[in-house]
Amino acid sequence: MKQSTLKQIVRRLRPYMGWLILTAAAAIVTVAGQLMVPYFVGKAIDGLAYSVSEAGKRAIDFGYLYRQFILIAVCIAAAVAGQFVLSLTNNRVAYHALAALRRDAFAKIGVLPLSYIDSRAYGDISSVIMSDAEQFSDGLLLGFTQLFTGAATIVGVLIMMFLIRWEVALVVLLVTPLSLFAAKIIASRTYKMFRAQAEARAEQTAFADEMIAGLKVVKAYIHEDENEERFGALNETLRKKSLSALFLSSTTNPVTRFVNSVVYALVALVGAFLAIASAGSAVPFTAGALTTFLSYSNQYTKPFNEISEVIAEFQNALACAARLFALIDEPSQSSDEGLPDLGRAAGEVCVENVSFSYSPDRTLIEGMNFRAEAGKRIAIVGPTGCGKTTLINLLMRFYDVGEGAIYVDGKDIRTVTRRSLRENFGMVLQETWLKEATVRENLCMGNPSCSEEDMEKAARASHVHGAIMRLPNGYDTVLGEEGSLSEGQKQLLCIARAMLCRPTMLILDEATSNIDTRTEQLVQDAFARLMEGRTCFVVAHRLSTIQNSDLILVMKAGNIVEQGTHAELLARDGFYAELYRAQFAEV
Amino acid sequence: MKQLLSCLKTYKKEAILSPLFKLFEACMELLVPLVVSHIVNVGIAGADKMYIVHCVLLLVAFGAAGLAFALTAQYFAAKAAVGVSAELRKRLFSKLQSLSYEEIDEIGTSQMVTLMSSDVNQVQAGVNLTLRLFLRSPIIVFGAAAMAFFVDVYAGLVFLILIPLLAIVIVLVMAATGPLYRKVQERMDGVNLSVRENLQGVRVIRAFCHEEKELDTFDERNGSLCAQQKRAGRISAVMNPLTFCFVNLAVILLVLVGGMRVSMGALEQGDVIALYNYISIILVELVKLANYVFTVSRALSSQRRIGEVLARSGEPARYLPPEEENGETAVCFDHVTFTYRGGGAPALTDIDFSVKKGETVGILGGTGSGKSTLVHLIPRFYRAGVGTVRVNGANVDALDAEALRNTVAIVPQKSLIFQGSIRSNLLWGNKDAAEEDLLRAVKIAQAEDVVTAKGGLDGEIAQEGKNLSGGQRQRLSIARALVRNPEILILDDSSSALDYATDARLRAALKSLDCTTFIVSQRTASVRGADKIVVLEEGKIVGLGTHEELLGSCPLYREIDASQGGRA
Repeated sequence: MKQSTLKQIVRRLRPYMGWLILTAAAAIVTVAGQLMVPYFVGKAIDGLAYSVSEAGKRAIDFGYLYRQFILIAVCIAAAVAGQFVLSLTNNRVAYHALAALRRDAFAKIGVLPLSYIDSRAYGDISSVIMSDAEQFSDGLLLGFTQLFTGAATIVGVLIMMFLIRWEVALVVLLVTPLSLFAAKIIASRTYKMFRAQAEARAEQTAFADEMIAGLKVVKAYIHEDENEERFGALNETLRKKSLSALFLSSTTNPVTRFVNSVVYALVALVGAFLAIASAGSAVPFTAGALTTFLSYSNQYTKPFNEISEVIAEFQNALACAARLFALIDEPSQSSDEGLPDLGRAAGEVCVENVSFSYSPDRTLIEGMNFRAEAGKRIAIVGPTGCGKTTLINLLMRFYDVGEGAIYVDGKDIRTVTRRSLRENFGMVLQETWLKEATVRENLCMGNPSCSEEDMEKAARASHVHGAIMRLPNGYDTVLGEEGSLSEGQKQLLCIARAMLCRPTMLILDEATSNIDTRTEQLVQDAFARLMEGRTCFVVAHRLSTIQNSDLILVMKAGNIVEQGTHAELLARDGFYAELYRAQFAEV
Repeated sequence: MKQLLSCLKTYKKEAILSPLFKLFEACMELLVPLVVSHIVNVGIAGADKMYIVHCVLLLVAFGAAGLAFALTAQYFAAKAAVGVSAELRKRLFSKLQSLSYEEIDEIGTSQMVTLMSSDVNQVQAGVNLTLRLFLRSPIIVFGAAAMAFFVDVYAGLVFLILIPLLAIVIVLVMAATGPLYRKVQERMDGVNLSVRENLQGVRVIRAFCHEEKELDTFDERNGSLCAQQKRAGRISAVMNPLTFCFVNLAVILLVLVGGMRVSMGALEQGDVIALYNYISIILVELVKLANYVFTVSRALSSQRRIGEVLARSGEPARYLPPEEENGETAVCFDHVTFTYRGGGAPALTDIDFSVKKGETVGILGGTGSGKSTLVHLIPRFYRAGVGTVRVNGANVDALDAEALRNTVAIVPQKSLIFQGSIRSNLLWGNKDAAEEDLLRAVKIAQAEDVVTAKGGLDGEIAQEGKNLSGGQRQRLSIARALVRNPEILILDDSSSALDYATDARLRAALKSLDCTTFIVSQRTASVRGADKIVVLEEGKIVGLGTHEELLGSCPLYREIDASQGGRA
């Protein structure tokens, strides 16, 4: 699992190979520059070892000092340039890779089987695309540079130290692992604490989210005090867990800093002894060299801390990447490639022996059969949960049938492209969904090339033109997240949207549920015009709206229990008649 | 900021002690270069090994003391940060619950959720870092400069040039990146919008074969986010190299000045080493600081957003001094006109009618005619702008909110059921209700089959009632209101998800109750049995009377009735 995630990451980074090489080169230049500065500073400081002239005057070779200064300046320039290039290339790779990953994940939404989307909370999927992708990019890509720079620094410092004086270098090399060890012990404990914190936080967030979403109900039922009590308890648990996690995790730095100061002290000790012992020898260990060493011993331990931090973050980033790749690699719906287009259908629909279930342990629809001739009006009625909406899912091929087949114009709908099938359908659903875009864009969704006149005509026919004109910018008003239209008006807009795409078949799933009956009646004639010559599937609660359908399918628990015209069904005095009477019962 | 500080008050001790111990730790660190200079000047120069060993032991002791101080400081910082965030969350939750409906509408659910989670967490991180590091950095920087002056005044001047230069770099970069990162956030919202829309509207998008077009929109938003991120990153990328550059140029200057001073006999080699070490300490500190600047500035803006909400007044228990309740009238609208905040035209105009105790009132009208608004004024969810609403003879503004809402139970249009059990949800109505009260309410609400399906009153309810169908939620929501045994019951179009037969049975059962009942509906069938029907159109009463009367007197009512297959 982890292996394959890593492989995927490598594969995804391949297009950025050039940039990555540049990043690595920049990192090496930066590290080299940064490490050479203390070296030359040490040399310069050696230049401060004066000789005292006979007159008691101190003589310092300033020419030597200036030469060192020039070398230092060169190193600074290299380090600055390297670091700048490093940041830029690193940003480039990180952000571009992030954008590309997001794009792939987003594109996946368009081809995922609906069962995948329906069976998950939207928040779960969007958090993978938004926050997991972000954390992956932050943790792994930005972390990668830190890791590389850190490793280069460690190697560089070791080389420099051994070149200058291996005895002192050995001290650093042997003692430093202590700090790594300490950091590791702390990290393994912290991990548990963080898990406990995350759990406490999740519980609290779930409670708060639910209550905030239902705030109006909370107030209506004066439930504030009970909520506060429960929230207070959850909050206290979270506080305690957070304190342990936060404190323990923040001990890493002081502890490693302490180990560093021990290393520092040892370097000073060994260095100073060495300086005394080697004084006057051919290769003296000078004060300047000691300075360089002390500076290195500081620089040497820092990357270890960074690397251990980065590695902790890697775990998280890898987990995020795994989720992201799982989404991207989720099997798509069966491919349409190579399938012929349906073309403009006449609209004859035949459902033959169709069985279907959302979950394998519960069949919903079993052995369904019916035939809708082109241009006829089919009504689907029945109590809630009887499978009306499922039938629509199958007709539009949002879901594929389990057994049997659905034919349009005699063609199994699985043998043509989804696109061409859906182009033949117009759809108005109970749940109105509009984009956060202008009214115009929303209306013309199904028919982007329609004329201004057609659009207005459709809006007028659905009795929503007036409401649109009352919006601040008319047809160019951007509908907000909540929309500045009422639910009913939104539904009217959806009706107009369906009218504009001139389909051969029409699906109206409780299309008028949010519209008051009077407006509905006004819309009815528009509907009537819309339905003319088209095969229509109408799902409705209100039986009054479907009485003159050519065929009424009465559904109950996933099966068609009766079918026929209104008059036939009433005459039969069965389930339909019962429903019908209940609706017009006097109370 | 005021709010944050007041939360911090409980943790005053920690908030002071933490930086104080950080200060001690910093002092330990600042003493190290002095010791090193003595090793060079005295130990090495005089070949005094014992002296060196003593110095080294001193260094280790400084390190150990530093560790102890740092751990203490970290503990206090963590305690204060966690405590502040817990307190903030609690206050925030409490404040959110006290908001009026108008304020709830204004702030919006998604912002409230963000405030509670991510903003509070940002503040916690910010407080923690501020106590631990943000205060440490200036101490170290100025402390190092002070120590440099202590070593040599002329060399100290180099620090005096360096520090303002660094300050300018940091401030400029921060000022430049602030707005850039805000823009990054805005574009992120755009990308987020695409993702959310495409998930929620997946059916419509596929039905209209709009997948590719949506992908184009996403590409555009995603691309502009990426470009903006790079732009902001470019500015941030300047900071570290620039500080590195300034600090090391200062090193050159320092060694030069040091060289002159040494040649004058004012300084020794070891002193220059100490000065160099001080500069190095500053550099290390600034690099750390740069990493945390962003966190702290984000915490500041989160803190501002939280503060804005906490500063809201919320809904008072009552707006007017208490009034006597009396009379036969349960609810009275006295020439009420109401306009939503930010809404142009009034949602209700001159509403004037009264309802006797025990009566059933139907409120009928088309989409957007103001039905819900009207009933929302009764429990004072919104306040009438002009005119008064009276409950039991008293102005609702003069009634205690809690008492008023105990009197009135409303079943909202959108039925919300919460995580827990059926029982825990029903007890919202009245936490002292007995078992038989609950069962009675369930029976009247036609929800017995829901209870059976879930295996009894203790049947589990998932978050937001997701394991229930719309109709099941609606019936439980009605039962919840009935558990309260209210004087006034309002059903705000709350049977829309029920089929006609269930709806009819529900209305029949409700008839048996002796409370004043308001039934809001679009269907004449739902209100025809009412003692009084109020017909609304565009916020005005266009008809008032019984079903029969209205059929005669109100053309709109007749029209609505006819459109629903009435047999008038």
